[in-house]
Amino acid sequence: MLTEFGRVFLFILIGIVFVAIGLVVAWLLRPHRPYPSKRTTYECGETPVGDTRMRFNVRFYVIALIFIVFDVEVVFLFPWALVYLSLGWFAFFEMIAFLTILFAGYAYVWRKGDLEWDRPAPRIPRYERGVGVREARLTEDEIAV
Amino acid sequence: METFDIIFYLFALITVGSACIVVFSKNIVYAAFSLLFTFFGVAGLYVLLQADFLAVTQVLVYVGGILTLLLFGVMLTNKVISVDMKTGTLHAVPAMILAAVVFGSLAGLFYATWSGVTAPASSIISTARPIGEMLMTGYALPFEVASVILLVAMIGAAFMARRPKKL
Repeated sequence: MLTEFGRVFLFILIGIVFVAIGLVVAWLLRPHRPYPSKRTTYECGETPVGDTRMRFNVRFYVIALIFIVFDVEVVFLFPWALVYLSLGWFAFFEMIAFLTILFAGYAYVWRKGDLEWDRPAPRIPRYERGVGVREARLTEDEIAV
Repeated sequence: METFDIIFYLFALITVGSACIVVFSKNIVYAAFSLLFTFFGVAGLYVLLQADFLAVTQVLVYVGGILTLLLFGVMLTNKVISVDMKTGTLHAVPAMILAAVVFGSLAGLFYATWSGVTAPASSIISTARPIGEMLMTGYALPFEVASVILLVAMIGAAFMARRPKKL
């Protein structure tokens, strides 16, 4: 007899097996003739430059942090949503208080501009006598953005 | 419960195996990704313990949120990725004492409550409703305190991650 989570487990199992069969069959059937330029990362015909793992903008981290806080808030909302009808106004105002406190945090990050995205400053090419048009160089800070 | 045991050991293997990779891997990106399987295995163990709400929360918050944050943290620091992590042993004696104490207290807790373990019921009764009732009645204050803690976490994190204003 399967429980509800047994069904979920079955779905996960079938998902894994489905992907595994696809990959294994493809591995068995395909010809295997590698050469160096075939093994490079596909970059629309360009030679790949640098490392795949680049630095991300620190904004992603702040957004992810704020996301987690509201993720946890949603977790609290679920059990409340199941019972608040039977518990009446007290439960309602309890949740209002909970949400108000979190909303203060939301207002704080909004007001402080943490949700704004740092845009890289525009680089205007300038003309130099004897050199011609010169691209403005990227600073280390801008590369990360 | 033959099937139950098999599934339990499967999840236990996933959890412990991927946790070992987290600890011993020299590449921090691999360590972060195998943490995904650790969290997932723990969620499976929660399901087997009939803690369905906790299991879903584990997937939602840890797999969905914390791990994303962790990967961002790894990818934000470009120095860490290229350098191999050191996985040598430091402070072996204090670490052993600490591990022994933790293991001893966990084992003591395990044997103290061992007799109360019963066979799992054939169907899962949802724990979300009892949790909601308890949060709204008996545990109303911890519930509100939790929101303050979340607020502190959010403001603190936003404050620390903020770039200093350019003049």
